[in-house]
Amino acid sequence: MIDMNSILLVSFGLFFIGAFGFLTRRNMVTMLMAVELMLNAVNINFVVFNRYLFPHKADGFFFTIFIITIAAAEAAVAIAIIINLYRKFRSIDAEDADTMKW
Amino acid sequence: MQDFSYIAFVLIIPLVIFVITGLFGKKMPGLSGILGTLGMLSAACLSYFVAYQYFIAGGRTADGLYPALEPFKHTWLQFSPSLSIDIGIMLDPISVMMLVVVTTVSLMVHLYSIGYMHGEERYATYYSFLSLFSFSMLGLVVSTNIFQMYMFWELVGVSSFLLVGFYFSKPSAVAAAKKAFIVTRFADLGFLAGILILSFYSESLDFGTIIERMTDHSGSIFESANAASFMGVSALTWALCLIFMGGAGKSAMFPLHVWLPDAMEGPTPVSALIHAATMVVAGVFLVARLFPVYAQVPAALDVVMYVGAFSALFAAIIACTQTDIKRVLAYSTMSQIGYMMFSLGVSGYWGHEGLGYSASMFHLFTHAMFKALLFLGAGAVIHYVHSNEMGDMGGLRKKMPVTNAVFLIACLAISGVPPLSGFFSKEEILTAALHHNKIIYVVGLVTACLTAFYMFRLYLSIFWNKATPTNKVSSDSLLLLEKVPEGRMRQGGHGGEVHHMEAPMTMKLPLLILAIATLVTGFIPFSMYVSADGTAFHSEFHLIPAIVAVSAGAIGIIIAIFLYGKKNDKPERISSVLGNIYSSAYRKFYVDEIYLFVTKKVIFKSLAAPAAWIDRNVVDGMMNLISTVTENFSDGVKTVQSGKVSNYVLWFFAGAVVLSLMIVYAI
Repeated sequence: MIDMNSILLVSFGLFFIGAFGFLTRRNMVTMLMAVELMLNAVNINFVVFNRYLFPHKADGFFFTIFIITIAAAEAAVAIAIIINLYRKFRSIDAEDADTMKW
Repeated sequence: MQDFSYIAFVLIIPLVIFVITGLFGKKMPGLSGILGTLGMLSAACLSYFVAYQYFIAGGRTADGLYPALEPFKHTWLQFSPSLSIDIGIMLDPISVMMLVVVTTVSLMVHLYSIGYMHGEERYATYYSFLSLFSFSMLGLVVSTNIFQMYMFWELVGVSSFLLVGFYFSKPSAVAAAKKAFIVTRFADLGFLAGILILSFYSESLDFGTIIERMTDHSGSIFESANAASFMGVSALTWALCLIFMGGAGKSAMFPLHVWLPDAMEGPTPVSALIHAATMVVAGVFLVARLFPVYAQVPAALDVVMYVGAFSALFAAIIACTQTDIKRVLAYSTMSQIGYMMFSLGVSGYWGHEGLGYSASMFHLFTHAMFKALLFLGAGAVIHYVHSNEMGDMGGLRKKMPVTNAVFLIACLAISGVPPLSGFFSKEEILTAALHHNKIIYVVGLVTACLTAFYMFRLYLSIFWNKATPTNKVSSDSLLLLEKVPEGRMRQGGHGGEVHHMEAPMTMKLPLLILAIATLVTGFIPFSMYVSADGTAFHSEFHLIPAIVAVSAGAIGIIIAIFLYGKKNDKPERISSVLGNIYSSAYRKFYVDEIYLFVTKKVIFKSLAAPAAWIDRNVVDGMMNLISTVTENFSDGVKTVQSGKVSNYVLWFFAGAVVLSLMIVYAI
């Protein structure tokens, strides 16, 4: 069986790749993908902790399935927002949507 | 006890006419004059009836006094159980007399204006203002209450302002209206302060109550008002002097007289009504109304006496040098009001000592008639010549026989020639002065002499003294008229049209009526009806003082005939001999210049300018500072909201990291 720390290391790396991508990218679709990466890192954490620490319970798995569902819905909403922003600004660059700032 | 409640109509009629002509006058311009005149006629008839009922049919009460009746009284503002402001009508001898004076002169002026203001663009407006004035003045004289009087006092001020500035396209008329309003407002500040002091001590605003409490020497109120002192003068004296200040402002007493000569910019009938017969005597009326209180304070009466006497002499000297006929009459008015004032000042209270009081009221009555006559006569002359300057007149006696005759009657009356009305009242005033104070008597005599001189200078310059051929004058003024249609030549109100005939009948009739009044009013036994304490007495006729007074007038007349009877160079020679004295009198003793110096140089520079600086820099600066600080602060803060999503995320992550570190290490 693989060491729990190794798997956590993977999810750690995955989360910060996602965070880095979210901070540095300007393309909103890419940012959405980065968010999905962070969500998946969290999913891995849930599964790993459930499997290694509480083998007789299934709460972590339920949460993971729940998050996957939410992520799908969120992706749908996010893409709808991105399409509307594109209609308004003719761009999906996050920098161009600047009407809400002062 | 008779029912006088119909007296309310004397006030209501002018008010209603003011509203009607003010609102609908433009649609019926011709009608508004007739309506105003008829309304005033009915008001005048009512007041004659009141006078008859009050003085003759009603008669005296058991103790020989005329009662002070209040046929109508309504509590308006109740401040406390003891203090309230009422609106009401009081009838006593002086208010009934004033009702007669005001309605008579107002009726004459209404009638006269039909001819004089004919063709004027704002004819209906003029009549509505006249009605407003009549209403306010009538309300003033019948006030039961010092605060009601103050309100009507301001209303007459407003209507005077409106009528002086009637030709508002002329800058000088606008300036004169403003001056009249500001000077009298300034005086009214004193009046208001006086009212407040007086009512603070007497705990009442009602005339009757004030007089009752302030004349009761044993009462605590009188004692406390006398005991309280400020700068060594008792509160009661202060109150009376401040109230007199208001009266002096309205009545054009020195040094608050500066507005009256300028107020002659208004239409001439207005000058006759407001600035000769009625409004300017409001100050005299005020002092007379509170006379029982004044009589308790000799110091305040002395102030009234000296101010009156000085103004009488001062104005008479200036009147001798003026060339604008209306200004001569204005200074003459001021001088005659000075007479009334010092006559009140020399008066005592009880019985025969109250001669000055009766004489003052008598002079007020007769003066209203002959001064209104003089102004209306001058209006007829101006109407004919289209100029105010004496130099443009002369030799008009053939062209204007009626005006000539009535003007002569009025001049003789004001000069105190028997048996015209002015003689009786002036003789009584001088007799009262002789018994009280010799200096004032001499001042009065000199003034009488000067009065006769300048009135005959005026009369002769207009109707005799053929300076230049009259035809030339008319054509000159016609030319001027066409050149400057909005200028001073516009006074006649006739636009470009010049009548080469004497005034129309609507203008002659009031002149004749007033001339008859001038002839006969002197024979009214005035002191039988109006006296300080209400008791009747016969004013005795003393031969010697009468001869002295008449001869003073006669000297003035003779000098005037000598100088102005025919065109000659004597007046010029005399004025050049007098040099500085003449020129300073001609410049009205520089009082206007002193006012300008005090207001512009002293008050504006040392008070108003620093105050404005403080307002702009300190008060506004504080506000600006607050707004600048807020703005700069929010400018700094707003950059946080950059609109860049990645920035927000960074902040979010930083926050999450800090929070998690806190959780990890704190727990």
